[in-house]
Amino acid sequence: MILELDDVRVALGGSQILQGVSFTVAPTGVTALLGRNGVGKTTTVKAILGLVPRTGTIRFDGAGVHRLRTHEIVRRGIGYAPEDRGVFAKLTVAENLALAERRGSRHAYDLVYELFPELKTRGAQAAGTLSGGQQQMVAIGRTLLNDNRLVVVDEPTKGLAPKVVTEVAEVLERAAERVPLLLVEQNLALVKRLAGDGVVLAAGRVVHRGPVPDLLADAELTRELLGVGKAR
Amino acid sequence: MSTLVLLALTGLGLGALYFLIASGLSLIFGLMDVLNFAHGALVTAGAYTAWRLTGRLPFVLAVAAAIAVGAVLAAVVETVLIRPLYERPKDQILVTVGLGLALPALVQGIWGADARQVRAPKQLTGTVGLLGARVPTDRFVLVAAAVVVLVALKLFLARTRYGLIVRAGVEDRAMVTALGIDVRRAFTLVFAVGGALAGLAGALGGVYFGSVSPNQGTSLLVFGFVVVVIGGLGRIDGVALAAAAVGLVQQFTNYYAASGLGDLAAVAILAGVLLVRGNGEGLQRLIRRTA
Repeated sequence: MILELDDVRVALGGSQILQGVSFTVAPTGVTALLGRNGVGKTTTVKAILGLVPRTGTIRFDGAGVHRLRTHEIVRRGIGYAPEDRGVFAKLTVAENLALAERRGSRHAYDLVYELFPELKTRGAQAAGTLSGGQQQMVAIGRTLLNDNRLVVVDEPTKGLAPKVVTEVAEVLERAAERVPLLLVEQNLALVKRLAGDGVVLAAGRVVHRGPVPDLLADAELTRELLGVGKAR
Repeated sequence: MSTLVLLALTGLGLGALYFLIASGLSLIFGLMDVLNFAHGALVTAGAYTAWRLTGRLPFVLAVAAAIAVGAVLAAVVETVLIRPLYERPKDQILVTVGLGLALPALVQGIWGADARQVRAPKQLTGTVGLLGARVPTDRFVLVAAAVVVLVALKLFLARTRYGLIVRAGVEDRAMVTALGIDVRRAFTLVFAVGGALAGLAGALGGVYFGSVSPNQGTSLLVFGFVVVVIGGLGRIDGVALAAAAVGLVQQFTNYYAASGLGDLAAVAILAGVLLVRGNGEGLQRLIRRTA
């Protein structure tokens, strides 16, 4: 397993957000982290990256990373595209990408520009003036720039137009051929298309683990765990 | 006409001094959310370093030593006192306020409370004729130093990787670390740059005022904060313009209204800017930090 979480707990502002989350991420393909709004999906991702104080054990590629600071965890080979995209609005597109360059890694600009040709033509444009879809391209492009061994993508299609969602799905599909993905996503059609394994959270706990096709094929279970009908 | 020229150059010289202090403050707060009330103490440290060394060393070396003392002190303060308190902003403020009081008190304990005369080199004590006015040479030196610092800071921010990290960190520090960047190194660097500029301000301030005193830095710091709020946190151009405006308004008000009213005028500009612009993002951050 590329990533293992064991009894990860997070308390924020006096509330226990994660109450002992344990799951693993496969070394290939896409693992989806699912659940209704507010169950702790984004907090789980932040806990993995050390962006929130947490307890428990987190192992990346066999080595414990739960005592490391965020930049040290990321340098082990984790790319992160956050829920709000984390694009630096006042920096240009080229500067946003350059900032993500890590020492000791090759910088796959060819791949990024092949997947997102617009990022090359808009290199001098301030990232804050891009559309939501274009900003998502910057966020995902940054994760693919380095030799990462895991990419964590949090709600990549949130607020995007259907056409852009399709484009993002295609990019993630291609990315997953190169690097395992941990995908937080509410769009079940996208999850069905991309993910092999799924982990479902409810109230800060893992309540289901297993193949995504099996989960989504069970309408009753899908409704109970995710609060929605079967993915179309 | 000659009075106007003299007042303008003197105001710009004072503005240059404010810029040297405020640019460091602005970068430090913009990137790190640290309200550094010890910044004035660094100005004092630079002033006394230059004062002690002037006459023993060439003036340029005395200024260089003041810059070095400011930078080293700032780096030590950041590493030893500020870094352990990043998650405790109120304690951080208390520590910088305490240091801002303690260091001038230490200086006073060693060299006394009285102002000490600065014996500037001949090249700086003369005057230059300009449009009928005899303008003290040190005003030009201060303005030139501020322009050089402005250009250097802009190049640093625009052309270097650390500059890129600082600009990104001003927007979203957590995301910078999530890209694998050790933002603490940038913190120390920015603190050291701010301290170096405070040291330079102290050294040149001693020449401008003709003397150094233990609380000189603290007095200047007040106007440094006024300039930062007017100019914008992390905005070097804005800080430069605000510094020039505050310096000019102070000088002209002191001359044409009444001596001492210049300080009040500076605060009036601050109030006017806030009324017109409202509480900008930077000021809101500042208020949150101190609330």
